[in-house]
Amino acid sequence: MALRLRPKHAAEKAGRKAAPLAAAPATSATIVKRATIAILVDNEPGVLARVVGLFSGRGYNIESLTVAEVNKRDNLSRITIVTSGTAMIIEQIKAQLSRLVPVHTVRDLTAEGPHVPRELALIKVSASGEKRIESLRLADIFRARVVDATTESFVFELTGSTEKLDSFINLMEPLGLVDVSRTGVVAISRGAERF
Amino acid sequence: MAASEMLGAEMVIKALVDQGVEVVFGYPGGAVLPIYDALFKQNRLRHILVRHEQGAVHAAEGYARSTGKVGAVLVTSGPGATNAVTGLTDALMDSVPLVCLTGQVPTHLIGNDAFQEADTTGITRPCTKHNYLVKDVNELAHTMHEAFYVARTGRPGPVVVDLPKDVLMATGTYREPDEQAHRRYQPQTKPDPARIAAAAELIVNARKPILYGGGGLINSGPKACKLFVELVQLTGFPCTLTLMGLGALPASDPRFLGLVGMHGTYEANLAMHDCDVMINVGARFDDRVTGKVSAFSPGSKKVHIDIDPSSINKNIRVDVPVIGDAAAALEALLAQLRARRFKPDKAHLAKWWKEIDGWKARQSLRYEKSDTVIKPQYAIERLYALTRGSKPVYITTEVGQHQMWAAQLFKFDAPMHWMTSGGLGTMGYGLPAALGVQVAHPEALVIDIAGEASILMNIQEMSTIAQYSLPVKAFIINNQYMGMVRQWQELMHGARYSESYTAALPDFVKLAEAFGAKGLRATKPEEVDDVITAMLAHDGAVIADIAVDPTENCFPMIPSGAAHNEILLGPKDKAAAPASEEGMVLV
Ligand SMILES: Cc1cc2nc3c(=O)[nH]c(=O)nc-3n(C[C@H](O)[C@H](O)[C@H](O)COP(=O)(O)OP(=O)(O)OC[C@H]3O[C@@H](n4cnc5c(N)ncnc54)[C@H](O)[C@@H]3O)c2cc1C
Ligand SMILES: Cc1ncc(C[n+]2csc(CCOP(=O)(O)OP(=O)(O)O)c2C)c(N)n1
Ligand SMILES: [Mg+2]
Repeated sequence: MALRLRPKHAAEKAGRKAAPLAAAPATSATIVKRATIAILVDNEPGVLARVVGLFSGRGYNIESLTVAEVNKRDNLSRITIVTSGTAMIIEQIKAQLSRLVPVHTVRDLTAEGPHVPRELALIKVSASGEKRIESLRLADIFRARVVDATTESFVFELTGSTEKLDSFINLMEPLGLVDVSRTGVVAISRGAERF
Repeated sequence: MAASEMLGAEMVIKALVDQGVEVVFGYPGGAVLPIYDALFKQNRLRHILVRHEQGAVHAAEGYARSTGKVGAVLVTSGPGATNAVTGLTDALMDSVPLVCLTGQVPTHLIGNDAFQEADTTGITRPCTKHNYLVKDVNELAHTMHEAFYVARTGRPGPVVVDLPKDVLMATGTYREPDEQAHRRYQPQTKPDPARIAAAAELIVNARKPILYGGGGLINSGPKACKLFVELVQLTGFPCTLTLMGLGALPASDPRFLGLVGMHGTYEANLAMHDCDVMINVGARFDDRVTGKVSAFSPGSKKVHIDIDPSSINKNIRVDVPVIGDAAAALEALLAQLRARRFKPDKAHLAKWWKEIDGWKARQSLRYEKSDTVIKPQYAIERLYALTRGSKPVYITTEVGQHQMWAAQLFKFDAPMHWMTSGGLGTMGYGLPAALGVQVAHPEALVIDIAGEASILMNIQEMSTIAQYSLPVKAFIINNQYMGMVRQWQELMHGARYSESYTAALPDFVKLAEAFGAKGLRATKPEEVDDVITAMLAHDGAVIADIAVDPTENCFPMIPSGAAHNEILLGPKDKAAAPASEEGMVLV
């Protein structure tokens, strides 16, 4: 699931405190960075509303959010949120998330080291003739799979980084892009450690 | 039927009793009738019937904050729950531990717009520390116990338990309280020793230090306050307190500089501004305290002791964050300082105190006395002077100028005797809170220092006060204005007094009488003492209507968005106060 709760950048929050961003020198207090945060929560009613409500209520940015159960035995779900903000705001986000009662663990994958972020997209393209062939050719280059085909359309399935998905979708645009469905980012750290 | 088999409604009562609850403040309705029925059949739990659910929550807040226990509230579904929302938000902002039980329509009707249905967990999610909807009677007892555990553990706060009627009427198994069962919520209470050592290092080398104590000391309890006093004594450092922290250090302590912040003393704010080391214990760098963030205490190293990691580095970046319970952290800090054989640097400290004494000499709380009109400050000073008897005195307030004057002029020598709505600033808090305090301390003197506008917001609680013969005193600083609003309009909106004058105020003496209380009035300075004496002499509830100067303003004042060293000390400073544009948008 991916949703955008507030269109504006979280920088406006920092801007409230400091001078206007454009004029201020770029310091850790003003630089806005993206962060991928993984949260392990009790899989119970309302838990997603708590997390989303926290972001909207405090004016934090959600670029994407995914959630699914990951541990049946302990009834735990994992939420991955891609957000952005100054270092102070990212720290606040983590602290605010941590104090929700059903939240077990909050990890900042971006800050903690290398991790693998992945997103899946289903991309519907309707074209004929040369454009139809071109879309297939590009799909091949991107290693997108055809998961549905009619005489006038394809549905491609593509997994990868957000950037990779973006560029594929951009390429499909002039070829007859009809619709896109994306999961939002899921991520896991590299190496043997948990998270 | 096994002993642990019972109705959901009976479980509610048993869980409350097992959690040590003695009093619940509530108001009945269809969805909670099974609980009221169970209440009827027992005698271990006392119920106080309020006149409005908001009053129930504030009463429970007063009860909780004056006892250190978790306050308990019981309201019905729909309007009962929505009426409680202001109180819950108030408790969340001021970290007051409460459990509020709300009735709900039966589970099979949830979502159907049933009669008196409201999405209570949805509505209260952002204004509670946590909330629950119980869908299975066998989960009820455990949920109730967890609600109490969550309310009082870590940073305290309000917890709602939403109880569908069918769950209350079903039979299930009761589970005894078991702290081990709440493992998922385990806030850090023990401080990191390395951080304590770093804090001690700053203290040892400080030349212009200040201790800044807050509501977290009260939340932590008498032990934390006692250790805080020890820290003040050991170091000899000057100390200021927030509105929520008053009483954590006796106001009579020579090292107490008075209230900090927007309406704090000149010396407290300048000492905060100019210090080289600031030790914040259980305060949250609220905007009423920091003023303009970029100009807040620019030259100091800051230690922040707080149990809630989200309070740290939220508004102000600190150098040494210490996450933990105030008592545990202070204990560790004192042990460190003693182990290092800490002796304050007398020479530097004396120099610092000399500077502070210079600021003190400005007598920032001074006001122009009058023989003809009652100055609000005078009324509060006399109230303080005349209540120095043997009885313990608890003060609650409403919100506005009178609240600030009470904070400045009433001196608290012990914690938990001062109940005020700080974070939300809820007009209408004081009277029901006083009621709750009086229920907890039947023998004490409980006074609501009120504004005439605020008290009307929950005046119906006079009827509750009458029902339970509670000798609550309402001391109304009656300036006929929403004085705090009037003051801002005078200072920042060209004296255009838009809708801040209350025409057609009730006759508070007659109003008192209508509620079976005693009504008193003072209109001249020489009547003030007599009215206070008569109020104290009466063993029942009193409303004392003190007609004060309608145009008096509350000083000192740091206008919104201004820095600590831009303080308005009195009416003459008015001209120097064109609030910045940035400040004008602030509240
Ligand atoms: C009209 C009006 C004017 C006001 N003017 C002023 C003013 O001039 N000066 C002023 O000070 N306030 C003023 N206030 C109040 C202000 O809005 C804030 O409510 C107040 O400053 C907050 O107090 P605090 O920082 O002590 O924090 P609290 O709100 O009391 O928060 C307590 C802090 O302690 C922490 N804590 C809780 N439990 C523990 C524990 N066991 N151990 C350690 N830490 C713990 C919490 O996490 C939190 O960070 C005013 C309010 C109103 C309505
Ligand atoms: C419920 C609520 N509504 C509005 C406000 C805004 N407000 C703050 S102080 C104040 C005036 C309070 O008047 P009064 O009780 O007479 O106290 P005074 O300032 O005159 O001492 C108002 C309207 C508030 N704090 N709470
Ligand atoms: Mg008034």
